[in-house]
Amino acid sequence: MEFIKEFWKFLKVRKKYWLFPIIIVLAIFGGLIVLTQGSAVAPFIYTIF
Amino acid sequence: MTKILGISAFYHDSAASIIEDGKILAAAQEERFTRKKHDSSYPFNAVEFVLKFTKNKLSEIDSIVFFEKPFLKFERLLETYVAFAPKGFGSFCKAMPIWLREKLFQKKMLIDQLKKHDPNFKNSEKIFFSDHHLSHAASAFFPSPFEEAIVLTADGVGEWATTTVALGKKNKLEIKKEIHFPHSLGLLYSAFTYYTGFKVNSGEYKLMGLAPYGNPRFVKDIYKLIDVKDDGTFRLDQSYFNYSTGLTMTNKKFSKLFGKNPRNPKSEDITQFHMDIAASIQKVTEEIMIKLAISIRNEFKVENLCLAGGVALNCVANGKILKKKIFKNIWIQPAAGDAGGALGAALALWYIENNNTRIVNKDDSMQGAFLGPEFSQSQIENELKDLGANFEILNEDDLIFKTAKDISEGNAVGWFQGRMEFGPRALGGRSILGDPRSKSMQKNLNLKVKYRESFRPFAPSILKDDLSKWFDMNSDSPYMLIVGNVKAEKCTDMTEEQKQLFGIEKLNVARSAIPAVTHIDYSSRVQTVNEQTNYKYFNLIAKFKEITGCPILVNTSFNVRGEPIVNSPKDAFNCFMGTELDRLVIGNCYLTKEKQAKKLLKDYKERFELD
Repeated sequence: MEFIKEFWKFLKVRKKYWLFPIIIVLAIFGGLIVLTQGSAVAPFIYTIF
Repeated sequence: MTKILGISAFYHDSAASIIEDGKILAAAQEERFTRKKHDSSYPFNAVEFVLKFTKNKLSEIDSIVFFEKPFLKFERLLETYVAFAPKGFGSFCKAMPIWLREKLFQKKMLIDQLKKHDPNFKNSEKIFFSDHHLSHAASAFFPSPFEEAIVLTADGVGEWATTTVALGKKNKLEIKKEIHFPHSLGLLYSAFTYYTGFKVNSGEYKLMGLAPYGNPRFVKDIYKLIDVKDDGTFRLDQSYFNYSTGLTMTNKKFSKLFGKNPRNPKSEDITQFHMDIAASIQKVTEEIMIKLAISIRNEFKVENLCLAGGVALNCVANGKILKKKIFKNIWIQPAAGDAGGALGAALALWYIENNNTRIVNKDDSMQGAFLGPEFSQSQIENELKDLGANFEILNEDDLIFKTAKDISEGNAVGWFQGRMEFGPRALGGRSILGDPRSKSMQKNLNLKVKYRESFRPFAPSILKDDLSKWFDMNSDSPYMLIVGNVKAEKCTDMTEEQKQLFGIEKLNVARSAIPAVTHIDYSSRVQTVNEQTNYKYFNLIAKFKEITGCPILVNTSFNVRGEPIVNSPKDAFNCFMGTELDRLVIGNCYLTKEKQAKKLLKDYKERFELD
């Protein structure tokens, strides 16, 4: 819960409300990927970290 | 007394540092403890060390600062995927699980990990998050000897910024300009690191070392990838790169431009083509850095420059900026990579956020970068005894004389003294030393001791006062971050026949009075050694000078290829027994290879994953 509050604060400070629906969709989509994968270990890719 | 703990982690080169009322007390990289190169995990051991060293419990620390802002990074990630969609789906699928499971919840992760140090730690309000490039800039400005300076930081990418210009004055530091992802000088260099078959994030040094063997015939082609303006700002043509959305650095269009696919290090050798590519990207990098330096000098009218960020480890470019005398003084953070962010974040909180007065230390507030663990003589003796080592204990004068004599006779010596260095360079605390006058030393050290590519150069440590007699340099370079040329009178011209030799074969030709530390283009990555910060090492070089007339030693990090620099006497002994090092000097203990039991010899070469 604290995380959501902090993230909301972050969007407010950055004035990036338009990211919110995208984040929701991506989070659901990403969540599905997480659920269908066994491990969160991925190869090291420079920019995604 | 206010104590601040700085942490960098979860990307690469995790580290921890501790400052007390702005004074740097201790700092170390996690890789040195876990023996895993560029370890990116939470720096548990490094935090334990800095706490123990300063005799603090975590609950006694006033603030804890993380070196970057994870939410901002996530924002960049999402916006990049949106901008490039539907391209990048594969990368998205790889990135999301890690972010949604771990990285987005870094604050919670940090708190959980911190509790392992001290169950009494409760106050999550003590945790702060700095900005990646502000951490870099702070690590360069606040320890510098300047009241006022312009700070240039450049690396792969932080949150959004890849290059920043900040203005530092007294205890203030403000970022004035930024270049944002995906336009990145660091990523451009890394793209070529990848293309020439080296590992991104660690092979950049190799590319830089390879450059002098090549002819920069691809410069024009590289400028097709990057649009550089007169002020040094730039934009990369993303149609040639794959790092924003893919799982590689470059794409087919990039390969087509240069006429070859990326080198496969397992099946392909380095050829003149790769050397020419290395020379070209090095030249372009230098040109951009020089343009940037000139434009910020003219714009801000400040005569001091501080540098940090991974690109600041490009000591050849640093040397060129210095040589052009764009700035009166230059100071570079020795831990210019992400490890230094742990220090910068702590300093940023103390000076910028808490608004504390800064008293400029004209000497060296980084204390020669000797900020890591140290071992007492009795600890060293006990550890060596436990390992079954055969050693003698010498008084300091004998130790210095015997070691200097050994080096002058062509022996490779492991040298372990005092506190460990913070940052990627060994500066005489955890070093392998050799005779720079030897024609075979570079090849032998590379192939028999370090087990690394034979083209890689070694750096000289020179007594500060002798610098201008041997190198075309006048200013101090205590952190081995500036490249200069060997003085013409010390160099030997190559014959026409020798000039025709293929790149690496030229190494066999003695090109100066100190061939082991003279690169193919007569350049050298110089470390100046002074008595104040490194007394014992200074004395050793002075004794070597007394014996040979040469005030220089070969200094390379105490490790083999792929291994982090040794931290403890045990690490040093293991490395000694696993390589063809002839002598090991730890504290006042002196070990010779011949006197060690044969059964203690190790197969060391294969132990570490090649970088």
